[in-house]
Amino acid sequence: MKELSSKNITFKIRRYNPEKSNKTHFATFVVPTTRGMTVLDALLYIKENLDSTLAFRTSCRMAICGSCGMLINKYPHLACHTQIEELKTKTVTVEPLPNLPVIKDLVVDLSPLFEKHKLVKPYIIRADRPEMDNPTAEFAQSPEELESFLQFTYCVKCGICISACPTSATDKQFLGPQALAQCYRYCTDSRDDGERERFLLADSENGIWHCHLAGACSDACPKGVDPALAIQLLKRQLVARATNLLGKRELTPLVTPPVHSKPKLPFPQFTVNDKTDAREG
Amino acid sequence: MREPHPKRKNYLGIMGWIWGGNYRIERYLYTLHRVTGLGILLFFLVHLCVTTFFRMQQQSWEAAMEILHNPWFKLGEYLVVLAFAYHSLNGLRLIIQELGFGMGKPAPPIYPYRDSLRKSRRWSMALVGTAALIALVFLYDFLVGG
Ligand code: HEM
Ligand code: SF4
Ligand code: FES
Repeated sequence: MKELSSKNITFKIRRYNPEKSNKTHFATFVVPTTRGMTVLDALLYIKENLDSTLAFRTSCRMAICGSCGMLINKYPHLACHTQIEELKTKTVTVEPLPNLPVIKDLVVDLSPLFEKHKLVKPYIIRADRPEMDNPTAEFAQSPEELESFLQFTYCVKCGICISACPTSATDKQFLGPQALAQCYRYCTDSRDDGERERFLLADSENGIWHCHLAGACSDACPKGVDPALAIQLLKRQLVARATNLLGKRELTPLVTPPVHSKPKLPFPQFTVNDKTDAREG
Repeated sequence: MREPHPKRKNYLGIMGWIWGGNYRIERYLYTLHRVTGLGILLFFLVHLCVTTFFRMQQQSWEAAMEILHNPWFKLGEYLVVLAFAYHSLNGLRLIIQELGFGMGKPAPPIYPYRDSLRKSRRWSMALVGTAALIALVFLYDFLVGG
């Protein structure tokens, strides 16, 4: 196989170690990179070969877990979702996500995000508690009803939108694009009846009216969630409810599942016979 | 047990309004809207003070007018016109978009993502462009007229 040509790229990484100093400094590493290598690959290379004390968070390395958000060349990205080549620079600066407290090096404390996410009650709320606890039927939801919020369910809680938001840059208490988008995601779910509880929070001092549509959250979101859209739609919902323009909200009906369901499909045949299992030779 | 280590505060702060990264223009229009809003407010306050001179003696009114004929005040007046043109038209854009109009519907995120602001670029930037045109017309007036 042909060897991939390798290119040396300089990584400037903002380091912070509270045990040593309360100041940050840039550490420089030269990493041989090949085509298709991500910034996360480079960080792993540095950790394995150059400096094992470098701290960063990663898990899935495929833009699913939301661990590796960081500021790459002054723009928030998921490190595992950003190829070095696409940056088109010889020097890559890597810094922790702004607007979140930094624990060490590139590791930020995401607990403000999780706390605010919890505040908006990100689960289905209904008045019929017994039905919720012991369901007798299913909630019917049309594909259109599903699509009205599906996009916002792809959030991986990476915190990138918070670091992009200029309001979050100055207002620690602001609920932030992530939580407000999830607030809308549940409020507009046709199975949900928790609007009143969540509106109280969205309409509060630290809520939705601090969003002035800078749109940076949607610009930067690595999952295409478009939190800015969710937030504006939530503003509209709030205004519509306050002015009584939308009328009453219809919840989806409960639909009893069919009693006589189709017979279950038989379990597929194993392709590997127990006795000839590779492990046993 | 050891004390938990201090976490570094890393808020961009007000500097983040001025420069936060290579974001699209709306993030900086946010700042401009705020600056122009406060600018117009400042103008109104000054305007209020100056016009009260008119109700006092004629001398103080004329003295005030004398100061206002200073080229710097002319420039200031011009900036207020620009600020008003921008603030009102961008304000119109914000009212429309913040109520969720012209933003499109939620769509499955398929790469490359096109978010709602990117979709409504054409007409929203037309509004801001109109503000720029008004600015140019008044710039001509400012340079040629006086
Ligand atoms: C045609 C006239 C105007 C329109 C359409 C307009 C529209 C708006 C809108 C929609 C906002 C809220 C924007 C957001 O959500 O971020 C706003 C904010 C503001 N406006 Fe106006 N406005 C107008 C005139 C004025 C005037 C005359 C003043 C000054 C006396 C002013 C001062 C402000 C200030 C200080 C803010 C707050 C900015 C911020 O918090 O970012 N506006 N304007
Ligand atoms: S909305 Fe996007 S940027 Fe914000 S936390 Fe969720 S996935 Fe990350
Ligand atoms: S490592 Fe999971 S999102 Fe990057």
